[in-house]
Amino acid sequence: MAAALELDRVSKTWGAMRAVDNVSLRIEPGERVALIGASGSGKSTLIRIASGLALADATSGAVRSFGVGVQDKGKLSSEVRRARRQIGLVFQQFALVGRMTVMSNVLVGVLGRISGLRGTLGLFNADEKRTALAALAEVGIAQHAAKKARQLSGGQQQRVAIARALVQGAKLVLADEPIASLDPKSAKRVMDTLVTMSRDHGIALVVSLHQVDYATAYFDRVVAMNAGRVVFDGPASRITAAFLTELYGASAEELILPSQFAVPAAEPLAPVSSEPVS
Amino acid sequence: MLAADTAHRSALAALPAPPVTPLATRLTRLAIAAVAVVVLVFCWYEAEMNPAQLVADAGNMATLGSEFLRPDFTDWDVYFNSMVETLAIAVWGTLLAVIVGIPFGILCADNVVPRWVAFPVRRVMDACRAINELVFALIFIAAVGLGPFAGVLALFVHTTGVVAKLFSEAVEAIDPAPVEGIRGTGGSWLQEVIYGVLPQVLPLWISYTLYRFESNVRSATVLGIVGGGGIGMVFNETMRGFLYSQAAAILIIVIVTVSLLDVISQNIRKRFI
Repeated sequence: MAAALELDRVSKTWGAMRAVDNVSLRIEPGERVALIGASGSGKSTLIRIASGLALADATSGAVRSFGVGVQDKGKLSSEVRRARRQIGLVFQQFALVGRMTVMSNVLVGVLGRISGLRGTLGLFNADEKRTALAALAEVGIAQHAAKKARQLSGGQQQRVAIARALVQGAKLVLADEPIASLDPKSAKRVMDTLVTMSRDHGIALVVSLHQVDYATAYFDRVVAMNAGRVVFDGPASRITAAFLTELYGASAEELILPSQFAVPAAEPLAPVSSEPVS
Repeated sequence: MLAADTAHRSALAALPAPPVTPLATRLTRLAIAAVAVVVLVFCWYEAEMNPAQLVADAGNMATLGSEFLRPDFTDWDVYFNSMVETLAIAVWGTLLAVIVGIPFGILCADNVVPRWVAFPVRRVMDACRAINELVFALIFIAAVGLGPFAGVLALFVHTTGVVAKLFSEAVEAIDPAPVEGIRGTGGSWLQEVIYGVLPQVLPLWISYTLYRFESNVRSATVLGIVGGGGIGMVFNETMRGFLYSQAAAILIIVIVTVSLLDVISQNIRKRFI
């Protein structure tokens, strides 16, 4: 079976800065992966490239999701809209339309599946509305369906965004710092919702995170980035305190060190990249 | 007390000297003032400003004033009907402008369309806006004849240019995140606009539309003077016939109507913002 997400030697340069530097990555269907790294390490750019919201450099290879092309050599694939339909996106700032109702925001997820005319005119049928309501019930927001999105708290809005991905029928969900703007309680609720959704529907999940404790608690596989490169790709259990200090370097203060790392772990770290971590 | 004062003085002495405006800057300011005076004097003569005329023709002014102070509402039904006609001109002029201005406004916004589309569309809208309604009215009177329809067309073309600019500025100020949210679900360009852009700009658009309607009512009264129909036409006739009392009645009707509309539309606009 084709990979849920496949990045082939992807790079992205902003002026003189290499935001993403020759990254190849493969996410299997149903797999849950945490993407960690300091601010500016390239996590967000990588997610934007994976969904075709940003274009990679022309030197890059293909980005594909379940065999459908997203982009290749820095150009959007002709089937990118088909690829996007199976990729659900969750953003740090929720990306909902605040003035529209929660229900309408979730119904947007249907757009990719129905005829262009019906979607453009907003003629959603009873079935689609039921699907939207069921998704809202699944993330625990059904009682707020008629409210405007901006009336909800940050954590609730983020769960609406997750419901949108569910309605979309996404087989892969990319979440870019989904809990960075949330208080700890809402953050936990959102992470629980994301992981439950992934488990119940067999949806592959890639979540970029600042909080390493969440990465290790919720995910089996962790991918760490530094200066645009993947410097670690393996089971969460192999991450050590020494590696984290190295990974976050000067910005270590933004790191919430998980309690389990109070004592250095015994197992040494072996970064996948041949490049030393600087 | 004395000690505190001494301390205060020594603290002041420790501060750097207050800044002095450099000589060059002062000379430049003087030059600018001199140029401004020259321009004002030139414009005085160019505009044939002659306050003495007001005194010399004081008799005329007095007649005009006294007649205006006794408004004559005998033909009020004529004035009322032509005021309604003026409102009708403004309604259709504004509505047509909004219908055409929405797509053009979106095509002017370079965060929604590529620059090579936005640039030429903007220039066309600039042209619509650059020419005053009155000039358009003269053009359309030549084309479709005297009457309110020429007024509607004149307002329509000019207002299209105005609302397209206002609408596109609202579009350019939107939060791009919700649009990306729609794009991320695989929506088309049109769906991005409908679900991501429109809900964000609609309140502003409604507010701009009402505001333009207000000012179009004012413009429509003037359009009549050049032959574009409505109350302006009647006003022009009374002034030509030296019927100042009737002209005063017309002005009162215009003032009351415009003020009333301003209040109503302001209340509606508050609700949307």
